[in-house]
Amino acid sequence: MSKLSFAYYPGCSLESSAKEYDVSTRKVADILEVELIEIPDWSCCGASPAHTVDHLFASAVAARNLAIVEEMGRDILVTPCPECLSAFKKAIYNMSKDDGFKKKVNSLLDKPFNLNVEAKSFLQILYEDVGKENISKKVIKPLIGVNIVPYYGCLLTRPPDVAQFDDPENPISMDTILETIGANVPYFSYKLECCGAAYGVTKRRIVTKLSGDILKTAIESGADAVAVACPLCQQNLDLRQDQINRDQGFDFHIPILYITQLMGLSFGLSASELMIDKHNVKSDHFLEKIEKGLKEKEKSEKESISSKN
Amino acid sequence: MRIGVFICHCGSNIAGTVDVKKVAEEAKRFPHVVYSTDYMYTCSEPGQLEIQEAIKKEKLDGVVVASCSPRMHENTFRRTVEKAGLNRYMFEMANIREHVSWVGVDKEANTKKAIDLVRMAVAKVTLNQPLFPKSFKVNKNVLVIGGGVAGMQAALDCADGGLKVILVEKNPSIGGKMAKLDKTFPTIDCSICILGPKMVDVGQHENIKLYTYSEIEEISGYVGNYEVKIRKKATYVDWTKCTGCGLCMEKCPSKKAFDPFNEGIAPTTAINIPFPQAIPKKAKIDPNYCRQFIKGKCGVCAKICPVQAIDYEMQDEIVTEKVGAIIVATGYSLFDHTRIKEYGAGKYLDVITSIQYERLLNASGPTSGHILRPSDNKEPKTIVFVACVGSRDKSLGVPYCSNFCCMYIAKQAILTKDHIPDSQSYVFYMDIRAPGKGYEEFVRRAQEEYGVKYIRGRVSRIFKRGDKMVVRGSDTLLGTQVELEADLVVLATGAIAEEGARELAEKLRISYDPYGFYIESHPKLRPVETNTAGVFLAGACQGPKDIPASVGQGSAAASKVLSLFSKDLLESDPQIAHVNEMLCVDCKKCIQTCPYGAIEEKKTPMGKIVASVIETVCQGCGLCTATCPPGAIQLQQFTDNQLLAEVKAFFHA
Repeated sequence: MSKLSFAYYPGCSLESSAKEYDVSTRKVADILEVELIEIPDWSCCGASPAHTVDHLFASAVAARNLAIVEEMGRDILVTPCPECLSAFKKAIYNMSKDDGFKKKVNSLLDKPFNLNVEAKSFLQILYEDVGKENISKKVIKPLIGVNIVPYYGCLLTRPPDVAQFDDPENPISMDTILETIGANVPYFSYKLECCGAAYGVTKRRIVTKLSGDILKTAIESGADAVAVACPLCQQNLDLRQDQINRDQGFDFHIPILYITQLMGLSFGLSASELMIDKHNVKSDHFLEKIEKGLKEKEKSEKESISSKN
Repeated sequence: MRIGVFICHCGSNIAGTVDVKKVAEEAKRFPHVVYSTDYMYTCSEPGQLEIQEAIKKEKLDGVVVASCSPRMHENTFRRTVEKAGLNRYMFEMANIREHVSWVGVDKEANTKKAIDLVRMAVAKVTLNQPLFPKSFKVNKNVLVIGGGVAGMQAALDCADGGLKVILVEKNPSIGGKMAKLDKTFPTIDCSICILGPKMVDVGQHENIKLYTYSEIEEISGYVGNYEVKIRKKATYVDWTKCTGCGLCMEKCPSKKAFDPFNEGIAPTTAINIPFPQAIPKKAKIDPNYCRQFIKGKCGVCAKICPVQAIDYEMQDEIVTEKVGAIIVATGYSLFDHTRIKEYGAGKYLDVITSIQYERLLNASGPTSGHILRPSDNKEPKTIVFVACVGSRDKSLGVPYCSNFCCMYIAKQAILTKDHIPDSQSYVFYMDIRAPGKGYEEFVRRAQEEYGVKYIRGRVSRIFKRGDKMVVRGSDTLLGTQVELEADLVVLATGAIAEEGARELAEKLRISYDPYGFYIESHPKLRPVETNTAGVFLAGACQGPKDIPASVGQGSAAASKVLSLFSKDLLESDPQIAHVNEMLCVDCKKCIQTCPYGAIEEKKTPMGKIVASVIETVCQGCGLCTATCPPGAIQLQQFTDNQLLAEVKAFFHA
């Protein structure tokens, strides 16, 4: 495989509340020999709150970054964050559909964006460009013995016309990656349900109800952890888990981990390297279970070898 | 020449956006035109009389009518001029409705275009020649393609009328979809009890020759003289010997074969008779599951068969039949719900289709008529029906209504209550469409007497929770989201065109709509005819329809064939290719080009070898005329001279 190389847009969450997503993404990319070149002088993607007030302005904010990528001579912008991804994709979609809109957007920019750049999520790169064969080659500590359910949220595959990735109503990209790194992936019917993030500030009880339902279904399906690819999903399910327990009368303690953190674990990176200890819900028990699974596997392998001898 | 021009208003259809008076005035100045007028409805009786009077009074020898498409009224006006003594081919039509008034809003531009079209038609008619049809003998056998209820009805009516019928069915038994149904709406008649005797009639009728497990390979010829090649697919059982005893089914060790008759909800044996009432009741082997074919050894059925009917070496066989007319009754297929990912894409055992549910309800089905859900064979208590799965959905490419789903849902909900009195059924629907006789009352009975709860709204997602299926949707009357925990979900999958419908249409040279349903000759007035002479339609191959409508069309198509065959001779269309023997250089290009094999070589009395057109075989497509280097072969009524005259009339205005 010739070395993959992309323009990388971390976005604001990955600089702060989701620092661990950025760290784990870069580490995993490094191991998979995917070069991520941070876009010089990148700025806000326009995801929030610009797009709720002014579509033109939101597209212009996004297009500024896309124009820089054009200038870098790159044709793909990669971002781990689905909010950023959606902002870029929507800007590209609306500008390519309507020439008048494109002109208006470009009139706001110092350098015009000429639609020569495509936006992709890091998940899409992992799933489509790297591929499960190459991922499996790097797995040295398969996540045997743990059940992980993937939670995709709303933006990764939808709206289908804009997202153009995986199946909008039944995505399987994260399922496939989780299976590739050795985890058991139980059936999870809530992988696309709304977590309520949009009401995070105004109507907290809606969020705790919706996110609570997701956690409840995950636990009922036997999950030891939930895999996510979105800082907002992670925040709602992890940071609010105490709030959910209080509001809805639950007693959940289920770790919510980024897909890149889980991949990192299977590649042999330590939990602290992947900043897993940063999460609100602690993963100690989950990590112990992985170690236990690995030991059991080694033991049974040894036994089978000695019995052969 | 003396030419008359008649401009039609078509009420306001043409006159609304074309200055018809001006067109008529302009036409008076064209060469050879001695009479020109306009009229409100030229196709009406007084309109036609006006043409006939003008022919006599003005001694016209050519007529041009500027009105609608020739598809609509060319034959009408040809008859009109013929009755006044002119040859029917001394007539031309200018289409100023579909080609002008209906497609343009600029009256001035429209009028100019209409004048151009009339000038072209006048230029052409001056070069028209009287043509005379030839008579030919009719083969009075009829081919019926498809042995569902529509095809069976058509076959029986034709056979009772004394015609010899060739009935071709691709499945091993006739009976079609109706044979799979438990009951029929709105009378709750037992489906197979009313269909079975008809199937026996078809099987035993002395005038019906049945080819089941057979498909149409090739069709050539024309109305009155079709030649059909039929592929009899290998059944690996000699049906002349097989008695249908069923011993082979009992002993067959391969018991996991897909059962198309039971829609895959239960397996069957690799050698099988599709169902107890099958006509013909003969066994066939499915080589995809037969151990003899997969592993090369088994032979149990060959050993057990008391009449030695098993033949593992059997090959497909092609037979040829000659017929004069064809009734197409190939039916429909069902939407593949695995395309809908939010409904589980087919991976939930307890989300089934309506036709599968029909097999669960049916006494001869895999559960002997007890409703048991597939996952755990338990009796479901809460059943949710989802309407319009693959109907009225533009995003799935099926914008049309499938016609009969609303009714079968009501029927299945009623039957569910009869089977399981303590059950509760729910129906998610968009609109209830029940316009047939007794239909609305039937749906009301389901709601009022059987307590079926109708929820107006679409289902957004179906997923599993424990051993229940959760159906989440909207209730648009309450304006809220609803979630139901069901034991069994039944998807009312819509009707789509039968697989292979488009390919068959190409063979028959009939047209089909974007969804693969066959197009009738006129949606109102010629509902069972096609635009290919001698080919008729019956049943759902023309569009989704229920049993009474399919049976009605079957009879209608049969009556069309009977009236066609009431004459011993048919007239051939003289608008065919004709060879100018002086110009022909015997290059054989036309012979190679002709798609119908209608051109052969012959020797003239002078000893010259030239091309010669077989008049009854030529379809008048004109490919040969475009190919002929010296322009020796010409399509009559569309000769080079006639077409060039039109072009000249347009450019030299």
